[in-house]
Amino acid sequence: MKVKIDSERCHGHGRCYDLAPGLFTDDDEGYGQVAGDGSVPPESERAARLAVANCPERAIEIL
Amino acid sequence: MTVDDRFRQDYQDTVRDRPPGVRNEIITGPVSDWATDFSHAEPEWAADPYPIQDELRSRCPIARTERFGGGWLPTRYEDVASIAYDTERFSSRAIIMSNFRPPKEAAPVGGSPPISSDPPFHHHARKLLLPAFTKSAVTQREEATRAFCHRLIDALEGKEVVDAARDYAQHIPMRVIADMLGFPPEDGPRFRVFIENLLEGINLPPEERTARVESLYDYLLDQIRDHVERPRDDLTTYLVDAELGGQKLHPSHVAGTMALLLIAGIDTTWSAIGASLWHLARTPADRERLVADPGLLPTAMEEFLRAYAPVTMARLVREDMRWQGVDMKADDWILLSFPAANRDPAQFDRAGEVVIDREVNRHAAFGLGIHRCVGSHLARMELRVALEVWLERFPVFGLADPAAVTWATGQVRGPRTLPLRIG
Repeated sequence: MKVKIDSERCHGHGRCYDLAPGLFTDDDEGYGQVAGDGSVPPESERAARLAVANCPERAIEIL
Repeated sequence: MTVDDRFRQDYQDTVRDRPPGVRNEIITGPVSDWATDFSHAEPEWAADPYPIQDELRSRCPIARTERFGGGWLPTRYEDVASIAYDTERFSSRAIIMSNFRPPKEAAPVGGSPPISSDPPFHHHARKLLLPAFTKSAVTQREEATRAFCHRLIDALEGKEVVDAARDYAQHIPMRVIADMLGFPPEDGPRFRVFIENLLEGINLPPEERTARVESLYDYLLDQIRDHVERPRDDLTTYLVDAELGGQKLHPSHVAGTMALLLIAGIDTTWSAIGASLWHLARTPADRERLVADPGLLPTAMEEFLRAYAPVTMARLVREDMRWQGVDMKADDWILLSFPAANRDPAQFDRAGEVVIDREVNRHAAFGLGIHRCVGSHLARMELRVALEVWLERFPVFGLADPAAVTWATGQVRGPRTLPLRIG
């Protein structure tokens, strides 16, 4: 599993880095960024799904 | 070094040469039919807007009013989201639905950038603010906020009944934003008056409304001048020094942004804290569950934000058009109700219920699109800390007198009187 953020849609609500801090971080303006190459270890799959389910802009995709 | 003389003029002189806006007849009194005569300034709306919104959503779903010079109220999530994303057809030149429309020339900057700004200017004005309001930046204020909440509770201990809105909720965002802007903390009571004037005084006679807005800007200019003389490490000095495209900001931009941070930074979070405590006071099962499992609080808090979203925005229609089956005219208001969107059953399961462990929660309490609340990370920190400290210190509480609870009217809704019985 991998996660991806559509930076056109992201407006910096920060739900992804709140709910899945190992998978996402914020940049210096608060926009969400994928940590590393976006690979999701099995133990973080639930966190990844939570981030997707709580992004108000629907900016996160699971690949 | 040249002297910064941008702020010598009074507010009235700064805005004197601007084209006048348009005022309309003020219409108040009981609403005859919410579908054709809605008003967010009437007591019924303040007391409980949700049944009204639910009924409109199934029946209209875009309500109309001739009050405020004409406007529309979409109630479906889908419509609210479309308008929030469509900055071409819906302008933010005015974001408080009142009886005054600023002149077209006010766009794209507006009176309080970036909330009142349209693209492309909006992007630049917003970029200036973002670094100060990231999650990492606001985390640095958490410890001081927690200590302040404890001091507020210390002052309440021993009382059987406390007003959680007046004696607790309101003070937390007031103190935090006063610290960030570098304003004297003892000026809190004045902030409350500014907020009531601006957001709740929308149906006052124009002269009175203008005078009250001027008193806010006089205060802000005093603070700005004090910071020009004695620069400090705070947001006021940051804005005084800030540049866009190699130029210092226009004085009305500095003052307008400070007005935004002061007003939007206080009553919104005050409302969110108060509404959450109101819910917990009348829902013992949720209160007991959170006391037993504090780790659930971040999830519960998002549900309080969804169900009791404090903030409704406004837009102005740019050109005459047919939109979702209604004929909108240029300069019609849109009352952009994030609270109504958040309770749309087409978007949320069990939309009308408060489900504190809701896992899927794409609520729009902080808006959608380019105007996402710049202070959302700060608001979330304050709300979480305020609730954590309250539940730790007062695990048992309930409504002392449900009929005595009062709610703010207008576009920011939350309890203004909230008597709670402790223990």
